[in-house]
Amino acid sequence: MSVSKVVRITIGLLMAGALAAPGFVTAQVKPRNGGELIFVVPSEPPSYDAHQEETFGIIHPMAPLYSTLLRVDPLDKTGTRPVGDLAESWTVSKDGMTYTFKIRHGVKFHDGSVLTSKDIKASYDKIVFPPAGMKSLRKEAYEAIEVVEAPDPSTVRFRLKRPESSLLLNLASPWNWIYKADLLAKDIHWYEKNVMGTGAFVFVEHVKGSHMVGKKNPEYWDKGKPYLDSYRAIFISASSAQVAAIRGERAHIQFRGFSPPERDQLVQALGPKITVQESPWDCLNFVSMHHEKKPFNDKRVRRALSLALDRYEGSKSLSKITLVRDVGGIQVPGTPYATPPGELEKLAGYGHDIAANRAEARRLLKEAGAEGLSFTFKNRGIPHPYEPIGIWLIDQWRQIGVTVKMEMIEASAYHPMLKRGDFEVAMDFQCGFIVEPDLDLARFVTKSDANYGRHKDMVIDELYQKQARATDLEERKKYLRAFEKRLLDEEVHVIYTLQWHRIIPHNAKVKGWTITPSHYLNNQLDVVWLSE
Amino acid sequence: MWKYLLKRLVLMFPTLLGVAIFTFFLIRVIPGDVVELRLAGDRGSVSPEALQMERARFGLDQPIWRQFVTWIGGAARLDFGTSMWTGSPIWEEIRLRFALSFQVAIMATIVAVLLAIPLGVMAALKQDTWVDYAVRVFSIAGLATPSFWLGIVLILALLIIFKWLPPMVYTPFWVNPWQNLAQLIWPALAVGYRYSAVATRMTRSAMLEVLREDYIRTARAKGLVQKLILTRHALKNAMLPVLTVVAIEFAFLIGGLVVTEQVFNLNGIGLLFVQAVAHRDYTLIQALVLLVAGIFIFMNFLMDIMYAWLDPRIRYR
Repeated sequence: MSVSKVVRITIGLLMAGALAAPGFVTAQVKPRNGGELIFVVPSEPPSYDAHQEETFGIIHPMAPLYSTLLRVDPLDKTGTRPVGDLAESWTVSKDGMTYTFKIRHGVKFHDGSVLTSKDIKASYDKIVFPPAGMKSLRKEAYEAIEVVEAPDPSTVRFRLKRPESSLLLNLASPWNWIYKADLLAKDIHWYEKNVMGTGAFVFVEHVKGSHMVGKKNPEYWDKGKPYLDSYRAIFISASSAQVAAIRGERAHIQFRGFSPPERDQLVQALGPKITVQESPWDCLNFVSMHHEKKPFNDKRVRRALSLALDRYEGSKSLSKITLVRDVGGIQVPGTPYATPPGELEKLAGYGHDIAANRAEARRLLKEAGAEGLSFTFKNRGIPHPYEPIGIWLIDQWRQIGVTVKMEMIEASAYHPMLKRGDFEVAMDFQCGFIVEPDLDLARFVTKSDANYGRHKDMVIDELYQKQARATDLEERKKYLRAFEKRLLDEEVHVIYTLQWHRIIPHNAKVKGWTITPSHYLNNQLDVVWLSE
Repeated sequence: MWKYLLKRLVLMFPTLLGVAIFTFFLIRVIPGDVVELRLAGDRGSVSPEALQMERARFGLDQPIWRQFVTWIGGAARLDFGTSMWTGSPIWEEIRLRFALSFQVAIMATIVAVLLAIPLGVMAALKQDTWVDYAVRVFSIAGLATPSFWLGIVLILALLIIFKWLPPMVYTPFWVNPWQNLAQLIWPALAVGYRYSAVATRMTRSAMLEVLREDYIRTARAKGLVQKLILTRHALKNAMLPVLTVVAIEFAFLIGGLVVTEQVFNLNGIGLLFVQAVAHRDYTLIQALVLLVAGIFIFMNFLMDIMYAWLDPRIRYR
């Protein structure tokens, strides 16, 4: 197989990114050294091993302590451009089956030992081929990897079973912290309760339920960085207390996101002292319909429910009160594989003529013998954005004569409910850590553990495989559009609502931090500085 | 009396055992799963293999009776196991939070007692005068005002008027007393006010009752000065019901300040309790319920001793 267009483009971008990696700061203003960044984290790390965790509560306070092989460019607002972190450069074989990375020289762990390719191999072996009794939550994303090799101390090689277009982005995963091989060899569980990384900051203390502190790593490979002397992550669960912390200048920033009313409150109170960054968010609420329960086994009924939604008007009203905004397809608007608006409008329920959509919806319900349909909609017991979206959906469905009762399911009972299939129609959700179709769409294949609606669709499965293996950018887009049409229009296996919208109001003193569509990205803090 | 106290001490254990059994089985009836909740995260899905592995790690794949025997055996040795959410030993999770909650409870109790006893006594002595009315308004307002709401008002007032916010992170008193008090005085005031309202009402009514007793009339007839009558005869006897209220409130404060702790971002037992329930962290919930139950039982025991000391007529058989 020859090197395809997408691989060539990606390699070009990556090489440029790799060259630019040590000098991320391109702003005119010279970064100031010193100071302590204080940020709020609404959750807390359950353990210290990111390979085994699934919450941003570990990424936000601990990502600055670690490095990854690649990372997503901290200046890229789309959050889709991988650049080198521990990797200085890399090459991809012509057949797309071998990725070879050259490791930076002189990178040291916080105990002073030198990082070698052995450490990277050991970390990836733990992620991709975990030993018995060790869980690795994202190993499915690396199924294409056959073996990880360390032919010499400064080279790591990934050999694949098949070409995989998402591999480089997957290697930039913010979860894939590089651990020390010797420590893993002694005790594979060592990192669950201990910290030893090569990141820009060194671990100082973690007081459970209270805070975590890291101080500048003087031996950091990127000389001159980090700019901050230290950082302090404060764990605050109540959103009112989070807002008060920013407003009272007890904290500079919270990296997950605030709601529009909270943003407005902070802007009103702090005026020029606050800077607001916003972005479409790689999180989404969608409606799952149980395909084994009548009448939701009938695609006419599912299509009618999607046609009833006036997404564009919904966007205007909901974006004022909760954290959703854009009308989007299967990828975050503004990112490489996002649906062009012209294409989007052709999907069921995305056209602007809402009267015509709803007339069609009524006709479909009548044709399916589901006039006067009523059902219980199970929603997750979390205020934002679940409740407002749920209320909006009920109102939209009411307008085609469907009567819906909403049942709020307490957060800890919600996922088991979906898994048991104990619903007719339910709110479903997902958040991605990188905007990448392979990661965002895997849940819709027939055999996925997260296919809660229990649809069986070989066409979807085939399209998923094709897009995953497509090595040409345009070819991949073509498969993705076909996948989208199948998922949201022809079969309407699920109903997408609105894209989440990430809002980060932060103290204007915080510089060098760029918002991305994922709250898991850009938390290493090496390029962040305080203006005073 | 010693025999009685020993009997009370011994009776604590079956009570705690009852609480332990009740809690263990009750929380398992509630829908929800700590493992799924933790591993699914924002992604909303997790492989069955990972679920099975994690359940086995916490013994959740064992029959429920075996889980209970294992846990109760550990609890008997004061080993409450590890948190199912963090994997850390339970005592480690509770230690710091307990220190904070205990300090807030002590400070709130001091605030409440300093307010309640003088106000209650004054109101009783000046019954149906403007002093009494003012104290009654003050205490009824305290009863009607939720402490978390008062907390929010306090925070907003500090923020808007003084452009200042209490520290967000707990510093132990022995590390930095000023920092410690700057954080904890506000919740202590917010909680102490409501607490004082209950105690003021109780002090007033107890004092009114005692002041009408024959022995007070006798003391007055003997020509004892008012101060002595109040301190030696009236107040000491009126304190019995007040002490009960103070003790129960104190025990409640250790684990009951859920919303107030959220408002002030206090890393206390109440907040930990809510998080443990939200996470379905069985081992932590069990340990916390036992801790709070133990505190209530101990406070009751302490009250029994205090009763005997305050009122020599009380002799237990």
